[in-house]
Amino acid sequence: MTRRTLAVVSAGLGQPSSTRLLADQLAAAARDELAARGAEVEIRPIQLREHAHDVVNHLLTGFPSAALREVLDTVAGADGIVAVTPIFNASYNGLFKSFFDVVDADALAGRPVLIAATGGTARHSLALEHAVRPMFAYLRAPVVPTAVFAAPEDWAGGGADTALRARIRRAGGELAEQVDRRPAAAGPADPFALTTNFEELLAGRDPA
Amino acid sequence: MQFGVFTVGDVTVDPTTGRPPSEHERIKAMVAIALKAEEVGLDVFATGEHHNPPFVPSSPTTLLGYIAARTERLLLSTSTTLITTNDPVKIAEDYAMLQHLADGRVDLIMGRGNTGPVYPWFGQDIRNGIPLAIENYDLLRRLWREDVVDWEGKFRTPLQSFTSTPRPLDGVPPFVWHGSIRSPEIAEQAAYYGDGFFANHIFWPKEHTQRMVGLYRQRYAHYGHGSPEQAIVGLGGQVFMRRNSQDAVREFRPYFDNAPVYGHGPSLEEFTRETPLTVGSPQQVIDRTLGFREYVGDYQRQLFLMDHAGLPLKTVLEQLDLLGEEVVPVLRKEFDSLRPAHVPAAPTHAALVAARDAAADLASAEGGR
Repeated sequence: MTRRTLAVVSAGLGQPSSTRLLADQLAAAARDELAARGAEVEIRPIQLREHAHDVVNHLLTGFPSAALREVLDTVAGADGIVAVTPIFNASYNGLFKSFFDVVDADALAGRPVLIAATGGTARHSLALEHAVRPMFAYLRAPVVPTAVFAAPEDWAGGGADTALRARIRRAGGELAEQVDRRPAAAGPADPFALTTNFEELLAGRDPA
Repeated sequence: MQFGVFTVGDVTVDPTTGRPPSEHERIKAMVAIALKAEEVGLDVFATGEHHNPPFVPSSPTTLLGYIAARTERLLLSTSTTLITTNDPVKIAEDYAMLQHLADGRVDLIMGRGNTGPVYPWFGQDIRNGIPLAIENYDLLRRLWREDVVDWEGKFRTPLQSFTSTPRPLDGVPPFVWHGSIRSPEIAEQAAYYGDGFFANHIFWPKEHTQRMVGLYRQRYAHYGHGSPEQAIVGLGGQVFMRRNSQDAVREFRPYFDNAPVYGHGPSLEEFTRETPLTVGSPQQVIDRTLGFREYVGDYQRQLFLMDHAGLPLKTVLEQLDLLGEEVVPVLRKEFDSLRPAHVPAAPTHAALVAARDAAADLASAEGGR
């Protein structure tokens, strides 16, 4: 049985947080689909609120605290990522962006990502397409086609078979499929590994 | 083992008075710190090199030449010499000149510099940082070791029949360390040449130092210069001391909270936990510093940053008294007793001359056989 990990990043600020709720539902949908495909799935929830000071300190000092290092390694070493942010001022919130600003620029390359957001009105929903998706495109992470936005009216439906539920299942399934078709993640890259040797450096050859 | 101080040369407002020193005051303070270092029995004074405010030391050999004239024993070094944006020809000339004037009391730590806008002021591009460090240093070595150099490279105009003058003192170039926080290529460079590796070891977690020094030692052995533990390692460090550790914390906190680099970020307590910064009693500094060898092995040089973040000169000189009188004598004794015999002592000009002569004697003895 293949072991898979899903890093579930939530930038919700409230407690309890509807952003976290959405993240958990998406993670569960992806997990169920992966389990159906025979994988053993570990979900690693990351509440950015708990790391807000460490994220800012990293921005200022250039290195993560030991606790934040663990979180960054979890994200960089996951087979798939669920990334959920509240929409503030027509974009991701500052905590979400600051966190991904301190993720190593190459860490998410080729790593499937499911993006989702919450907001006070459905009129914010395209922020997922014009802000969140391009950021992950820059990080060379394949983002699954379905992005899930949850507005207050989506939560109000109540029943188990709402349109939001259907979107969550579809998006979770898409993430699971992307994860399933890839080999297991090798874990975070070692920034101190020597990838060249001095003869190559002296010859001015670019490392492969 | 060598102990000393290294300075960045920042002009920073004293947060307790709101007043910045003038550039003149700061430059004179750097000289006073160097003279004090010799007076209290330290071995090394190293100055940073910067070409942008708020830093003053743009002309290291002028500063070090002046200090050389006013000291007897102090070894003068750099922290760091910008191997990327300086012309290697000028480095070869300037530091050979300084080496003569200081009777060999000179070595250099090479660094790249991390401020993007500085590079184009000197006709370079920060994206070429590593290739510049590699090419420029390779030329510098030749200029010091070959009397006549023909050379062509990517980054400076070619040289034909060029002789860098003065030739190094006694025909032995200054010892060179290479400094880098997290570029494995620079550890590789230091290892390739059998040069020293200096880990800045301030502002960063000890894991960076541990990984970089480990890589350097392994590659030093790979290139046949000796065993990994015989590689030449230097470390930085940052301390603030008072006899009573609570007094040290109370006095240093406003400087910490407002410091360039890490100010307005993590708390003093977080930063002392995450990095080698030690704020406390002399005994706490001794204990923490002795712990460095547990993750880098036996090493040859320990430099401390004592004078940044707007600390007044009077305070810095008091710190140097504590360092020279209470901390370094203990560290010297402890480190020396722990170091195995096959681990070399810190490099000096006299030792390099002796090693060169011994190698020549061996070669001539073998030739005569």
